[in-house]
Amino acid sequence: MILLSGAMGALALFTVAPLLWMLSGAFKRADQVFQLSLIPTAPTLDNFVYVLTQVPFLRYMLNSLIVAIAVTVAALLFHSMAGYALARLRFPGRDVLFFLIYATLMVALPVILVPLYIVVRTLGMVDNFAGLIVPSIFNAFGIFLLRQYFLGLPRELEEAAALDNCGYWGIYWHVALPLARPIMAALAVFFFLYNWNSFLWPLTITNNQDLWMIQLGIASFHSEHSAAWNYIMAASTLAAAPTMLLFFVFQRQIVSSLKSTGMK
Amino acid sequence: MTQKHRQWLAAALFLLPDGAGLLLFVAVPMVLALAMGFFSVNEFGSVSFAGLQNYQAMFRDPLFYKSLQVTVTYTVVFVPSLFVVSLALAHLIQQRVPLVGLWRMLLFLPNFVSVVVVALMFQYVLGQRTGILDQLIAPLGGANISWLGDPRYALWTVIAISVWIYMGYYMIIFLAALEDVPREYYDAARIDGAGFWGRFVHVTWPLIRPTSFFVLLLATIGGLAGLQGFDLVFVATSGGPANATEMGIFYIYQQAFQYGNFGYAAAMASFIVAILLLWSIFLFALTRGGRFELG
Repeated sequence: MILLSGAMGALALFTVAPLLWMLSGAFKRADQVFQLSLIPTAPTLDNFVYVLTQVPFLRYMLNSLIVAIAVTVAALLFHSMAGYALARLRFPGRDVLFFLIYATLMVALPVILVPLYIVVRTLGMVDNFAGLIVPSIFNAFGIFLLRQYFLGLPRELEEAAALDNCGYWGIYWHVALPLARPIMAALAVFFFLYNWNSFLWPLTITNNQDLWMIQLGIASFHSEHSAAWNYIMAASTLAAAPTMLLFFVFQRQIVSSLKSTGMK
Repeated sequence: MTQKHRQWLAAALFLLPDGAGLLLFVAVPMVLALAMGFFSVNEFGSVSFAGLQNYQAMFRDPLFYKSLQVTVTYTVVFVPSLFVVSLALAHLIQQRVPLVGLWRMLLFLPNFVSVVVVALMFQYVLGQRTGILDQLIAPLGGANISWLGDPRYALWTVIAISVWIYMGYYMIIFLAALEDVPREYYDAARIDGAGFWGRFVHVTWPLIRPTSFFVLLLATIGGLAGLQGFDLVFVATSGGPANATEMGIFYIYQQAFQYGNFGYAAAMASFIVAILLLWSIFLFALTRGGRFELG
Protein backbone atom coordinates (compact mmCIF):
# COMPACT_ATOMS: atom_id res chain seq x y z
CA MET A 1 0.00 0.00 0.00
CA ILE A 2 2.67 2.46 1.09
CA LEU A 3 4.85 1.31 -1.79
CA LEU A 4 2.08 1.83 -4.31
CA SER A 5 1.33 5.24 -2.86
CA GLY A 6 5.02 6.10 -3.07
CA ALA A 7 5.17 5.07 -6.73
CA MET A 8 2.08 7.14 -7.48
CA GLY A 9 3.60 10.06 -5.61
CA ALA A 10 6.76 9.84 -7.70
CA LEU A 11 4.63 9.83 -10.86
CA ALA A 12 2.60 12.80 -9.63
CA LEU A 13 5.72 14.78 -8.73
CA PHE A 14 7.26 13.96 -12.09
CA THR A 15 4.09 15.30 -13.68
CA VAL A 16 4.18 18.62 -11.86
CA ALA A 17 7.99 18.95 -12.04
CA PRO A 18 7.90 21.40 -14.99
CA LEU A 19 5.57 23.64 -12.99
CA LEU A 20 7.96 23.56 -10.03
CA TRP A 21 10.85 24.63 -12.25
CA MET A 22 8.73 27.40 -13.70
CA LEU A 23 8.08 28.66 -10.18
CA SER A 24 11.74 28.32 -9.32
CA GLY A 25 12.85 30.11 -12.49
CA ALA A 26 10.62 33.03 -11.60
CA PHE A 27 12.72 33.64 -8.47
CA LYS A 28 16.15 33.11 -10.06
CA ARG A 29 18.50 35.87 -11.15
CA ALA A 30 19.13 36.21 -14.89
CA ASP A 31 22.63 34.73 -14.62
CA GLN A 32 21.33 31.76 -12.62
CA VAL A 33 18.13 31.00 -14.47
CA PHE A 34 19.57 27.86 -16.04
CA GLN A 35 20.91 26.49 -12.78
CA LEU A 36 19.55 23.03 -12.21
CA SER A 37 18.76 23.47 -8.52
CA LEU A 38 15.08 23.73 -7.75
CA ILE A 39 15.68 26.07 -4.81
CA PRO A 40 17.24 29.30 -6.14
CA THR A 41 20.61 29.92 -4.51
CA ALA A 42 20.00 33.68 -4.49
CA PRO A 43 16.24 34.11 -4.65
CA THR A 44 15.01 37.49 -5.84
CA LEU A 45 11.71 39.27 -6.42
CA ASP A 46 13.21 41.54 -9.09
CA ASN A 47 11.64 39.53 -11.92
CA PHE A 48 8.16 40.14 -10.59
CA VAL A 49 8.90 43.81 -10.00
CA TYR A 50 10.17 44.13 -13.57
CA VAL A 51 7.21 42.51 -15.28
CA LEU A 52 4.69 44.37 -13.12
CA THR A 53 6.28 47.78 -13.63
CA GLN A 54 7.74 47.62 -17.15
CA VAL A 55 4.86 45.83 -18.85
CA PRO A 56 1.12 46.57 -18.32
CA PHE A 57 0.53 43.10 -16.86
CA LEU A 58 -1.88 44.41 -14.25
CA ARG A 59 -3.94 45.93 -17.04
CA TYR A 60 -3.94 42.59 -18.92
CA MET A 61 -4.94 40.76 -15.75
CA LEU A 62 -7.72 43.26 -15.10
CA ASN A 63 -9.03 42.76 -18.65
CA SER A 64 -8.98 39.00 -18.16
CA LEU A 65 -10.77 39.39 -14.85
CA ILE A 66 -13.50 41.56 -16.38
CA VAL A 67 -14.05 39.22 -19.34
CA ALA A 68 -13.90 36.01 -17.30
CA ILE A 69 -16.35 37.30 -14.67
CA ALA A 70 -18.78 38.74 -17.23
CA VAL A 71 -18.80 35.54 -19.29
CA THR A 72 -19.20 33.39 -16.18
CA VAL A 73 -22.15 35.35 -14.80
CA ALA A 74 -23.98 35.51 -18.14
CA ALA A 75 -23.25 31.86 -18.93
CA LEU A 76 -24.52 30.65 -15.56
CA LEU A 77 -27.76 32.61 -15.96
CA PHE A 78 -28.46 31.64 -19.58
CA HIS A 79 -27.37 28.01 -19.28
CA SER A 80 -29.38 27.42 -16.11
CA MET A 81 -32.45 28.92 -17.80
CA ALA A 82 -31.98 26.71 -20.85
CA GLY A 83 -31.11 23.65 -18.78
CA TYR A 84 -34.18 24.21 -16.60
CA ALA A 85 -36.52 24.47 -19.57
CA LEU A 86 -35.04 21.38 -21.22
CA ALA A 87 -35.30 19.36 -18.02
CA ARG A 88 -38.52 20.51 -16.38
CA LEU A 89 -40.85 22.07 -18.93
CA ARG A 90 -42.93 20.23 -21.51
CA PHE A 91 -43.10 21.63 -24.99
CA PRO A 92 -43.13 20.24 -28.52
CA GLY A 93 -39.75 19.58 -30.11
CA ARG A 94 -37.91 19.42 -26.80
CA ASP A 95 -35.87 16.33 -27.62
CA VAL A 96 -34.94 17.57 -31.08
CA LEU A 97 -33.85 20.89 -29.65
CA PHE A 98 -31.78 19.19 -26.99
CA PHE A 99 -30.10 17.03 -29.59
CA LEU A 100 -29.28 20.10 -31.71
CA ILE A 101 -27.79 21.86 -28.70
CA TYR A 102 -25.88 18.72 -27.81
CA ALA A 103 -24.54 18.47 -31.36
CA THR A 104 -22.88 21.90 -31.04
CA LEU A 105 -20.51 20.24 -28.54
CA MET A 106 -18.83 18.76 -31.60
CA VAL A 107 -18.04 22.19 -33.06
CA ALA A 108 -14.57 23.30 -32.04
CA LEU A 109 -13.62 26.99 -32.04
CA PRO A 110 -10.57 26.71 -34.33
CA VAL A 111 -12.68 25.15 -37.08
CA ILE A 112 -15.20 28.01 -37.15
CA LEU A 113 -12.72 30.74 -36.25
CA VAL A 114 -12.73 32.55 -39.60
CA PRO A 115 -16.53 32.68 -40.12
CA LEU A 116 -17.06 33.48 -36.44
CA TYR A 117 -14.69 36.41 -36.81
CA ILE A 118 -16.68 37.61 -39.82
CA VAL A 119 -19.99 37.31 -37.94
CA VAL A 120 -18.61 39.18 -34.95
CA ARG A 121 -17.06 41.87 -37.14
CA THR A 122 -20.38 42.33 -38.93
CA LEU A 123 -21.94 42.95 -35.53
CA GLY A 124 -19.35 45.66 -34.87
CA MET A 125 -17.70 43.83 -32.00
CA VAL A 126 -14.06 43.87 -33.10
CA ASP A 127 -11.71 45.49 -30.62
CA ASN A 128 -14.11 45.97 -27.76
CA PHE A 129 -15.19 44.13 -24.65
CA ALA A 130 -18.44 42.97 -26.28
CA GLY A 131 -16.44 41.01 -28.85
CA LEU A 132 -14.37 39.38 -26.11
CA ILE A 133 -17.33 38.57 -23.91
CA VAL A 134 -20.49 37.83 -25.91
CA PRO A 135 -19.31 35.05 -28.28
CA SER A 136 -17.61 33.26 -25.37
CA ILE A 137 -20.81 32.89 -23.36
CA PHE A 138 -22.49 30.25 -25.47
CA ASN A 139 -21.51 26.62 -25.18
CA ALA A 140 -23.53 23.48 -24.77
CA PHE A 141 -21.37 21.99 -22.04
CA GLY A 142 -22.95 24.07 -19.26
CA ILE A 143 -26.49 23.57 -20.59
CA PHE A 144 -25.88 19.85 -20.69
CA LEU A 145 -24.59 19.65 -17.11
CA LEU A 146 -27.34 21.84 -15.67
CA ARG A 147 -30.08 19.98 -17.52
CA GLN A 148 -28.69 16.76 -16.12
CA TYR A 149 -28.80 18.23 -12.62
CA PHE A 150 -32.34 19.60 -12.92
CA LEU A 151 -33.55 16.23 -14.22
CA GLY A 152 -32.56 14.74 -10.89
CA LEU A 153 -34.75 17.04 -8.78
CA PRO A 154 -38.00 15.54 -7.41
CA ARG A 155 -41.29 16.58 -9.03
CA GLU A 156 -42.88 17.53 -5.69
CA LEU A 157 -40.79 20.68 -5.43
CA GLU A 158 -42.55 22.27 -8.37
CA GLU A 159 -45.96 21.10 -7.22
CA ALA A 160 -45.44 22.79 -3.87
CA ALA A 161 -44.27 25.96 -5.60
CA ALA A 162 -47.19 25.83 -8.03
CA LEU A 163 -49.58 25.78 -5.08
CA ASP A 164 -47.94 28.98 -3.81
CA ASN A 165 -48.81 30.44 -7.21
CA CYS A 166 -45.26 31.09 -8.34
CA GLY A 167 -45.00 31.41 -12.13
CA TYR A 168 -42.45 29.38 -14.08
CA TRP A 169 -39.86 32.06 -13.49
CA GLY A 170 -40.62 31.98 -9.77
CA ILE A 171 -40.14 28.22 -9.59
CA TYR A 172 -36.88 28.46 -11.52
CA TRP A 173 -35.55 31.39 -9.53
CA HIS A 174 -36.76 30.54 -6.02
CA VAL A 175 -36.79 26.75 -6.08
CA ALA A 176 -34.59 25.20 -8.78
CA LEU A 177 -31.70 27.66 -8.81
CA PRO A 178 -30.95 27.60 -5.07
CA LEU A 179 -30.91 23.80 -5.20
CA ALA A 180 -28.40 23.88 -8.05
CA ARG A 181 -25.87 25.89 -6.04
CA PRO A 182 -23.19 23.15 -5.83
CA ILE A 183 -23.10 22.50 -9.57
CA MET A 184 -23.33 26.21 -10.33
CA ALA A 185 -20.26 26.79 -8.14
CA ALA A 186 -18.29 24.10 -9.97
CA LEU A 187 -19.37 25.47 -13.35
CA ALA A 188 -18.46 29.00 -12.29
CA VAL A 189 -14.92 27.83 -11.59
CA PHE A 190 -14.82 26.04 -14.94
CA PHE A 191 -16.03 29.00 -16.94
CA PHE A 192 -13.76 31.42 -15.12
CA LEU A 193 -10.68 29.26 -15.67
CA TYR A 194 -11.55 28.58 -19.29
CA ASN A 195 -11.88 32.27 -20.07
CA TRP A 196 -8.90 33.32 -18.02
CA ASN A 197 -6.84 30.80 -19.97
CA SER A 198 -8.26 31.50 -23.41
CA PHE A 199 -5.87 32.70 -26.07
CA LEU A 200 -7.06 32.01 -29.61
CA TRP A 201 -10.23 34.11 -29.49
CA PRO A 202 -8.70 37.19 -27.78
CA LEU A 203 -5.80 36.91 -30.25
CA THR A 204 -8.23 36.98 -33.16
CA ILE A 205 -10.60 39.68 -31.99
CA THR A 206 -8.35 42.34 -30.41
CA ASN A 207 -5.68 44.55 -31.95
CA ASN A 208 -5.84 47.31 -29.38
CA GLN A 209 -3.23 46.55 -26.74
CA ASP A 210 -5.39 48.13 -24.02
CA LEU A 211 -7.83 45.26 -24.50
CA TRP A 212 -5.30 42.45 -24.38
CA MET A 213 -6.05 39.63 -22.03
CA ILE A 214 -3.33 38.07 -19.91
CA GLN A 215 -2.49 35.08 -22.13
CA LEU A 216 -2.05 37.36 -25.12
CA GLY A 217 0.05 39.65 -22.94
CA ILE A 218 2.51 36.96 -21.89
CA ALA A 219 2.71 35.41 -25.35
CA SER A 220 3.63 38.79 -26.78
CA PHE A 221 6.01 39.55 -23.90
CA HIS A 222 7.76 36.28 -24.75
CA SER A 223 8.24 37.21 -28.39
CA GLU A 224 9.82 40.52 -27.34
CA HIS A 225 12.02 39.10 -24.56
CA SER A 226 12.75 35.73 -26.09
CA ALA A 227 15.84 34.94 -24.03
CA ALA A 228 14.89 36.54 -20.69
CA TRP A 229 13.58 33.36 -19.11
CA ASN A 230 13.64 34.75 -15.58
CA TYR A 231 11.18 37.47 -16.63
CA ILE A 232 9.09 35.12 -18.76
CA MET A 233 8.77 32.59 -15.94
CA ALA A 234 7.78 35.36 -13.50
CA ALA A 235 5.12 36.56 -15.95
CA SER A 236 3.91 32.98 -16.49
CA THR A 237 3.74 32.37 -12.75
CA LEU A 238 1.66 35.54 -12.32
CA ALA A 239 -0.69 34.43 -15.10
CA ALA A 240 -1.04 30.92 -13.68
CA ALA A 241 -1.35 31.89 -10.00
CA PRO A 242 -5.08 32.75 -9.92
CA THR A 243 -6.04 29.56 -11.77
CA MET A 244 -3.89 27.39 -9.51
CA LEU A 245 -5.42 29.02 -6.45
CA LEU A 246 -8.95 28.40 -7.72
CA PHE A 247 -8.04 24.84 -8.61
CA PHE A 248 -6.65 24.04 -5.17
CA VAL A 249 -9.65 25.55 -3.40
CA PHE A 250 -12.35 24.01 -5.61
CA GLN A 251 -10.82 20.81 -6.97
CA ARG A 252 -13.23 18.58 -5.03
CA GLN A 253 -16.26 20.28 -6.57
CA ILE A 254 -14.64 20.23 -10.01
CA VAL A 255 -13.92 16.52 -9.80
CA SER A 256 -17.40 15.62 -8.55
CA SER A 257 -19.14 17.73 -11.18
CA LEU A 258 -17.00 16.21 -13.93
CA LYS A 259 -17.90 12.75 -12.64
CA SER A 260 -21.60 13.60 -12.77
CA THR A 261 -21.53 14.74 -16.38
CA GLY A 262 -23.11 11.52 -17.51
CA MET A 263 -20.35 11.34 -20.10
CA LYS A 264 -19.88 7.76 -19.19
CA MET B 1 -54.17 31.03 -22.77
CA THR B 2 -54.28 27.50 -21.45
CA GLN B 3 -51.87 26.09 -18.92
CA LYS B 4 -50.19 24.10 -21.70
CA HIS B 5 -49.60 27.14 -23.87
CA ARG B 6 -48.31 29.14 -20.92
CA GLN B 7 -45.73 26.43 -20.43
CA TRP B 8 -44.74 26.55 -24.12
CA LEU B 9 -44.29 30.30 -23.92
CA ALA B 10 -42.23 30.02 -20.73
CA ALA B 11 -39.99 27.41 -22.34
CA ALA B 12 -39.45 29.60 -25.37
CA LEU B 13 -38.43 32.55 -23.20
CA PHE B 14 -36.14 30.44 -21.03
CA LEU B 15 -34.41 29.08 -24.14
CA LEU B 16 -34.26 32.35 -26.05
CA PRO B 17 -30.86 33.74 -24.89
CA ASP B 18 -28.88 30.53 -25.30
CA GLY B 19 -30.80 29.49 -28.39
CA ALA B 20 -30.12 32.79 -30.15
CA GLY B 21 -26.50 32.84 -28.99
CA LEU B 22 -25.75 29.30 -30.14
CA LEU B 23 -27.45 29.99 -33.44
CA LEU B 24 -25.55 33.20 -34.09
CA PHE B 25 -22.12 32.25 -32.73
CA VAL B 26 -21.95 28.50 -33.41
CA ALA B 27 -24.51 27.31 -35.99
CA VAL B 28 -24.23 30.22 -38.45
CA PRO B 29 -20.39 30.14 -38.44
CA MET B 30 -20.54 26.38 -38.91
CA VAL B 31 -22.73 26.74 -42.01
CA LEU B 32 -20.57 29.63 -43.23
CA ALA B 33 -17.47 27.50 -42.69
CA LEU B 34 -18.81 25.00 -45.19
CA ALA B 35 -20.07 27.60 -47.68
CA MET B 36 -17.24 30.14 -47.57
CA GLY B 37 -14.79 27.83 -49.27
CA PHE B 38 -16.60 28.54 -52.55
CA PHE B 39 -16.03 32.28 -52.26
CA SER B 40 -13.09 34.56 -52.47
CA VAL B 41 -13.21 36.69 -49.33
CA ASN B 42 -10.51 39.09 -48.30
CA GLU B 43 -10.02 40.66 -44.90
CA PHE B 44 -11.74 43.89 -45.93
CA GLY B 45 -14.96 42.03 -46.59
CA SER B 46 -15.16 42.03 -50.38
CA VAL B 47 -16.78 38.82 -51.51
CA SER B 48 -16.95 37.18 -54.90
CA PHE B 49 -17.97 33.72 -56.01
CA ALA B 50 -14.93 31.59 -56.71
CA GLY B 51 -16.41 28.23 -57.51
CA LEU B 52 -13.90 25.48 -56.88
CA GLN B 53 -10.86 27.78 -57.16
CA ASN B 54 -10.01 27.61 -53.45
CA TYR B 55 -10.26 23.85 -53.46
CA GLN B 56 -8.13 23.57 -56.60
CA ALA B 57 -5.52 25.84 -55.05
CA MET B 58 -5.65 23.75 -51.90
CA PHE B 59 -4.81 20.51 -53.69
CA ARG B 60 -1.88 22.21 -55.45
CA ASP B 61 -0.49 23.70 -52.23
CA PRO B 62 2.43 21.66 -50.84
CA LEU B 63 2.04 23.37 -47.45
CA PHE B 64 -1.55 22.15 -47.30
CA TYR B 65 -0.35 18.55 -47.70
CA LYS B 66 2.35 19.14 -45.14
CA SER B 67 -0.16 20.58 -42.66
CA LEU B 68 -2.51 17.68 -43.31
CA GLN B 69 0.29 15.23 -42.67
CA VAL B 70 1.20 16.99 -39.42
CA THR B 71 -2.44 17.07 -38.29
CA VAL B 72 -2.99 13.38 -39.03
CA THR B 73 0.30 12.33 -37.39
CA TYR B 74 -0.53 14.44 -34.36
CA THR B 75 -4.02 12.97 -34.02
CA VAL B 76 -3.06 9.37 -34.72
CA VAL B 77 -0.37 9.46 -32.03
CA PHE B 78 -2.05 11.83 -29.57
CA VAL B 79 -5.44 10.10 -29.29
CA PRO B 80 -4.28 6.53 -28.47
CA SER B 81 -1.51 7.81 -26.18
CA LEU B 82 -3.94 9.99 -24.28
CA PHE B 83 -6.42 7.13 -24.10
CA VAL B 84 -3.96 4.60 -22.70
CA VAL B 85 -2.24 7.01 -20.31
CA SER B 86 -5.44 8.38 -18.80
CA LEU B 87 -7.05 4.95 -18.49
CA ALA B 88 -3.91 3.65 -16.75
CA LEU B 89 -3.83 6.66 -14.44
CA ALA B 90 -7.51 6.15 -13.61
CA HIS B 91 -6.75 2.56 -12.57
CA LEU B 92 -3.90 3.75 -10.36
CA ILE B 93 -5.82 6.56 -8.79
CA GLN B 94 -8.73 4.25 -8.05
CA GLN B 95 -6.64 2.31 -5.51
CA ARG B 96 -7.39 3.07 -1.90
CA VAL B 97 -3.93 3.99 -0.68
CA PRO B 98 -2.72 6.78 1.62
CA LEU B 99 -2.45 10.26 0.04
CA VAL B 100 -4.26 9.18 -3.10
CA GLY B 101 -6.34 12.38 -3.03
CA LEU B 102 -3.19 14.47 -3.16
CA TRP B 103 -1.71 12.48 -6.04
CA ARG B 104 -4.98 12.73 -7.94
CA MET B 105 -4.96 16.49 -7.47
CA LEU B 106 -1.39 16.85 -8.72
CA LEU B 107 -2.06 14.69 -11.79
CA PHE B 108 -5.14 16.77 -12.60
CA LEU B 109 -3.35 20.10 -12.09
CA PRO B 110 -1.77 20.55 -15.58
CA ASN B 111 -5.26 20.73 -17.07
CA PHE B 112 -5.85 24.05 -15.32
CA VAL B 113 -2.72 25.86 -16.41
CA SER B 114 -3.23 27.86 -19.59
CA VAL B 115 -1.71 26.34 -22.71
CA VAL B 116 0.23 29.57 -23.29
CA VAL B 117 1.92 29.23 -19.91
CA VAL B 118 2.51 25.55 -20.60
CA ALA B 119 4.14 26.37 -23.93
CA LEU B 120 6.45 28.97 -22.37
CA MET B 121 7.30 26.73 -19.44
CA PHE B 122 8.27 23.79 -21.66
CA GLN B 123 10.37 26.02 -23.88
CA TYR B 124 12.29 26.92 -20.75
CA VAL B 125 12.48 23.39 -19.34
CA LEU B 126 13.22 21.73 -22.70
CA GLY B 127 15.75 24.26 -23.99
CA GLN B 128 18.75 22.80 -25.78
CA ARG B 129 21.64 22.05 -23.41
CA THR B 130 20.65 24.77 -20.92
CA GLY B 131 17.17 23.38 -20.29
CA ILE B 132 16.46 21.36 -17.17
CA LEU B 133 15.76 18.12 -19.02
CA ASP B 134 18.95 18.18 -21.10
CA GLN B 135 20.93 18.95 -17.94
CA LEU B 136 19.30 16.05 -16.13
CA ILE B 137 19.95 13.52 -18.87
CA ALA B 138 23.47 14.77 -19.65
CA PRO B 139 25.12 12.55 -17.00
CA LEU B 140 23.27 9.55 -18.41
CA GLY B 141 25.28 9.87 -21.58
CA GLY B 142 22.56 12.02 -23.03
CA ALA B 143 22.01 14.50 -25.03
CA ASN B 144 22.24 17.87 -26.41
CA ILE B 145 18.78 17.80 -27.86
CA SER B 146 16.67 20.69 -29.01
CA TRP B 147 13.33 19.12 -28.17
CA LEU B 148 11.22 21.85 -29.74
CA GLY B 149 13.76 23.20 -32.22
CA ASP B 150 14.81 20.07 -34.10
CA PRO B 151 12.48 19.00 -36.93
CA ARG B 152 13.07 15.37 -35.99
CA TYR B 153 11.68 15.82 -32.45
CA ALA B 154 9.48 18.90 -32.40
CA LEU B 155 6.17 17.26 -33.32
CA TRP B 156 6.68 14.38 -30.87
CA THR B 157 7.47 16.88 -28.14
CA VAL B 158 4.32 18.84 -28.94
CA ILE B 159 2.28 15.62 -28.77
CA ALA B 160 3.85 14.63 -25.44
CA ILE B 161 3.04 18.06 -24.00
CA SER B 162 -0.55 17.76 -25.24
CA VAL B 163 -0.91 14.41 -23.48
CA TRP B 164 0.59 15.96 -20.35
CA ILE B 165 -2.05 18.71 -20.44
CA TYR B 166 -5.07 16.49 -21.01
CA MET B 167 -4.35 13.20 -19.23
CA GLY B 168 -5.66 14.44 -15.88
CA TYR B 169 -9.01 15.45 -17.34
CA TYR B 170 -9.63 12.11 -19.02
CA MET B 171 -8.26 10.32 -15.96
CA ILE B 172 -11.18 11.80 -14.00
CA ILE B 173 -13.67 10.86 -16.73
CA PHE B 174 -12.38 7.26 -16.74
CA LEU B 175 -12.28 7.19 -12.94
CA ALA B 176 -16.00 8.01 -12.85
CA ALA B 177 -16.66 5.14 -15.25
CA LEU B 178 -14.53 2.70 -13.25
CA GLU B 179 -16.29 3.62 -10.01
CA ASP B 180 -19.60 2.77 -11.66
CA VAL B 181 -18.59 -0.84 -12.32
CA PRO B 182 -20.36 -2.92 -9.63
CA ARG B 183 -17.79 -4.46 -7.28
CA GLU B 184 -19.66 -7.79 -7.30
CA TYR B 185 -18.63 -8.29 -10.93
CA TYR B 186 -14.98 -8.10 -9.95
CA ASP B 187 -15.55 -10.40 -6.98
CA ALA B 188 -17.25 -12.92 -9.25
CA ALA B 189 -14.41 -12.72 -11.78
CA ARG B 190 -11.89 -13.17 -8.98
CA ILE B 191 -13.66 -16.32 -7.80
CA ASP B 192 -13.46 -17.59 -11.38
CA GLY B 193 -9.71 -17.11 -11.11
CA ALA B 194 -9.37 -14.06 -13.36
CA GLY B 195 -6.19 -12.03 -12.86
CA PHE B 196 -5.93 -8.29 -13.33
CA TRP B 197 -5.82 -8.60 -17.11
CA GLY B 198 -8.72 -11.05 -17.20
CA ARG B 199 -10.85 -8.77 -15.06
CA PHE B 200 -9.96 -5.83 -17.27
CA VAL B 201 -10.83 -7.60 -20.52
CA HIS B 202 -13.99 -9.34 -19.35
CA VAL B 203 -15.45 -6.89 -16.83
CA THR B 204 -14.02 -3.38 -17.09
CA TRP B 205 -13.60 -3.00 -20.83
CA PRO B 206 -17.18 -3.95 -21.88
CA LEU B 207 -18.67 -1.81 -19.13
CA ILE B 208 -16.69 1.35 -19.83
CA ARG B 209 -17.32 1.22 -23.58
CA PRO B 210 -19.60 4.26 -23.63
CA THR B 211 -16.91 6.28 -21.86
CA SER B 212 -14.22 4.98 -24.20
CA PHE B 213 -16.36 6.03 -27.13
CA PHE B 214 -16.86 9.47 -25.66
CA VAL B 215 -13.16 9.95 -24.93
CA LEU B 216 -12.16 8.80 -28.43
CA LEU B 217 -14.68 11.14 -30.01
CA LEU B 218 -13.71 14.19 -27.97
CA ALA B 219 -9.97 13.58 -28.17
CA THR B 220 -10.12 13.15 -31.93
CA ILE B 221 -12.11 16.32 -32.38
CA GLY B 222 -9.64 18.10 -30.10
CA GLY B 223 -6.71 16.69 -32.03
CA LEU B 224 -7.94 17.34 -35.56
CA ALA B 225 -9.40 20.74 -34.74
CA GLY B 226 -6.25 21.76 -32.87
CA LEU B 227 -8.14 22.59 -29.69
CA GLN B 228 -5.02 22.20 -27.60
CA GLY B 229 -2.54 22.08 -30.43
CA PHE B 230 -3.09 25.59 -31.73
CA ASP B 231 -2.03 27.58 -28.66
CA LEU B 232 0.89 25.24 -28.12
CA VAL B 233 2.15 25.49 -31.68
CA PHE B 234 1.51 29.23 -31.89
CA VAL B 235 3.56 30.02 -28.79
CA ALA B 236 6.16 27.24 -28.67
CA THR B 237 7.11 26.63 -32.30
CA SER B 238 5.16 28.94 -34.66
CA GLY B 239 4.68 25.90 -36.86
CA GLY B 240 8.40 25.37 -37.18
CA PRO B 241 11.08 24.22 -37.35
CA ALA B 242 10.89 23.66 -41.11
CA ASN B 243 7.08 23.36 -40.85
CA ALA B 244 7.50 20.25 -38.69
CA THR B 245 4.64 21.36 -36.41
CA GLU B 246 2.61 23.24 -39.02
CA MET B 247 -0.79 21.89 -37.99
CA GLY B 248 -3.73 22.32 -40.34
CA ILE B 249 -5.46 24.65 -37.97
CA PHE B 250 -2.37 26.81 -37.59
CA TYR B 251 -1.88 27.03 -41.34
CA ILE B 252 -5.54 28.01 -41.70
CA TYR B 253 -5.04 30.74 -39.12
CA GLN B 254 -1.99 32.03 -40.97
CA GLN B 255 -3.78 32.07 -44.32
CA ALA B 256 -6.74 33.94 -42.83
CA PHE B 257 -5.19 36.41 -40.44
CA GLN B 258 -1.68 36.88 -41.75
CA TYR B 259 -2.34 36.76 -45.50
CA GLY B 260 -6.03 37.76 -45.49
CA ASN B 261 -7.17 34.78 -47.60
CA PHE B 262 -10.40 34.11 -45.75
CA GLY B 263 -12.01 32.03 -48.50
CA TYR B 264 -8.95 29.84 -48.90
CA ALA B 265 -8.73 29.38 -45.15
CA ALA B 266 -12.40 28.40 -45.04
CA ALA B 267 -11.91 25.87 -47.84
CA MET B 268 -9.22 24.15 -45.80
CA ALA B 269 -11.34 24.37 -42.64
CA SER B 270 -14.23 22.69 -44.43
CA PHE B 271 -11.87 19.87 -45.39
CA ILE B 272 -11.07 19.32 -41.70
CA VAL B 273 -14.79 19.46 -40.87
CA ALA B 274 -15.38 16.74 -43.47
CA ILE B 275 -12.73 14.51 -41.88
CA LEU B 276 -14.26 15.16 -38.45
CA LEU B 277 -17.73 14.24 -39.67
CA LEU B 278 -16.52 11.06 -41.36
CA TRP B 279 -14.68 10.04 -38.20
CA SER B 280 -17.74 10.68 -36.01
CA ILE B 281 -19.98 8.69 -38.34
CA PHE B 282 -17.41 5.89 -38.44
CA LEU B 283 -17.21 5.78 -34.64
CA PHE B 284 -21.00 5.78 -34.29
CA ALA B 285 -21.33 2.97 -36.84
CA LEU B 286 -18.51 0.95 -35.32
CA THR B 287 -19.95 1.09 -31.83
CA ARG B 288 -23.58 0.90 -32.96
CA GLY B 289 -24.25 4.34 -31.57
CA GLY B 290 -21.60 3.86 -28.93
CA ARG B 291 -24.30 2.32 -26.77
CA PHE B 292 -24.19 5.90 -25.75
CA GLU B 293 -27.41 7.42 -24.56
CA LEU B 294 -28.08 11.10 -24.83
CA GLY B 295 -29.04 12.39 -21.44
